[in-house]
Amino acid sequence: MTATYAADPSVSSESGFIVELTAFSGPLDLLLSLIREEQVDIYDIPIARICEQFVARIRSLGLNEAAEYLEMAARLIRIKAQMLLPRSDELAWEDPRAELVRRLLEYQQMREVVDLLERRGEERRNQFARAYLPQQPAPPQAPLALSLAELLSAVDRVLRAATQPNMHEIVSRGIDIPGAITTIRSVLALRARILWTELVERGAEPWQILSTLLGLLELAKIGELRVAQSKPFANVEISRDAASEAA
Amino acid sequence: MTPLAKLLEAALFASARPIATDELASLDTDASPAELQSALDEIREHYDVEGHGVELVELGGGWQILTRAEYTEAIERAQLAARPARLSGAALETLAIIAYRQPISRSEIEEIRGVAVGGVLKTLHERGLIDVVGRAEGLGRPLLYGTTPVFLEHFALRHLEELPRADELAIALRLPPREPVLVAANEASE
Repeated sequence: MTATYAADPSVSSESGFIVELTAFSGPLDLLLSLIREEQVDIYDIPIARICEQFVARIRSLGLNEAAEYLEMAARLIRIKAQMLLPRSDELAWEDPRAELVRRLLEYQQMREVVDLLERRGEERRNQFARAYLPQQPAPPQAPLALSLAELLSAVDRVLRAATQPNMHEIVSRGIDIPGAITTIRSVLALRARILWTELVERGAEPWQILSTLLGLLELAKIGELRVAQSKPFANVEISRDAASEAA
Repeated sequence: MTPLAKLLEAALFASARPIATDELASLDTDASPAELQSALDEIREHYDVEGHGVELVELGGGWQILTRAEYTEAIERAQLAARPARLSGAALETLAIIAYRQPISRSEIEEIRGVAVGGVLKTLHERGLIDVVGRAEGLGRPLLYGTTPVFLEHFALRHLEELPRADELAIALRLPPREPVLVAANEASE
C-alpha cells in the first residue's frame, strides 16, 4: 500500500506545475486514501488530523502547487474553522463536513464502477474482433517534381484561360428573418408537422430560402420546434416542440 | 448447422462491428425471433463444443465473433493484430461518471472527480466512447455527454443496464478487511 504513496523522485520541490500524478487521480482520491490509512470513520472525520495529514502529504508529493489539491486543503481548513465556531443552536447546527462526506461517498462509488470497467475492459481487450487491424498509415506524398519550363507553361495556360471576367451588377436583397419566423409560426399553428419542401415554395429565390432556413434555426434554438432528418439528404421534417407546447 | 445458422455465421464473420438482433433479422425476413435466437445458440454451441479458436459473444447491443483470449498473445506477437491501448485511470473515472449520470455536463463531472476533465473528455470523444448528446438548459447551455455503443463494445457489456445499479454499489467506504476496529469504536461511542 505505502509504496504507491512514495513521492516520485523526479518531482522536485521547485517544479512549477504538476501535469500528471501517478499515485492519485485527484484530491478526493488522496483524501480517501488518508481516511482509509488513518482508519477513521468517514461520517465522523477528525478534520484537524486529516487536514494536517493532507497538507503534509501534498508537500511531500510535490503537489502543493497543483490548484485542485490546494483548493481541497483550503476547504479542509475552512471546515476545521467552522467546527471551532461555538454552536448557538445545537438542533439547527449543520455539520460542516456533510458536503465533503457526500462527495467522498460519491467518489468512492465511482471508484467501484472504475474497478468493474477495468476488469471488463481488460477481458475484452484480450479478444480480437474481425477486421481489427491497426490502421495503415497513408504513404507519404511524393515530393513535387516540376521544372521551371513546366511551371511557366502552366502559368501561360491559366492566363490564356482567364479572359476578361464577366461583370454584372449585384442587387442586394435583404434577408428577412422576422418575416420568415412569422410565416413558419403561422404554418405550424395550422399543422403540427411540415416538411422542408412544403415550407419552401418551388422556384423560391435564394434569399427567401435563406431567410426560411435562418428563421427555422432560430426557432429551433429557442425550442419552439424540432427539426429532424431520417438520413443524410432526406427531406427535413419540422414539428412543433411538444415540451414547449405543453408549457 | 441449419441454413439460417450458416447465414448468420457468414454475416457475423463479414462484419467488423457487433450485429444487432434486428439487423440479423433483416438477413432473413422469414425467420422468427425464436428461430434467430436458436440459430445464434447453435453457432455458439458449435464453436464451444467443437472447440473453435473463436467464440460468439453478445455485447454492445448485438452479437460478434471474437477470438478466444488464449490466442491473443500469439496473434499479437505475430503482429497480426494489436490490442487497443488501455484507458488511463482518469479516463476510466470520467467514463464511469458519464455512464451513470448521462446526460451530464463537464462541470458536473468535474464536481464529482474534483479535477478538470477537459483533456480527458477530448480523448474519450476521439476514441468514440462518448458523444455529445445534447445541451443543458441554463447559463451557457453547456454540452451534455453520454456513452456510445462503442463504450459497450469496449467493456463487453450487452447494454448499460448490465452495470450494477447505483444503489447496488457499496455506499459506505470499504475498510481494509483486517481492521474491524472502526465498527467497534462506533458502537462504543454510542
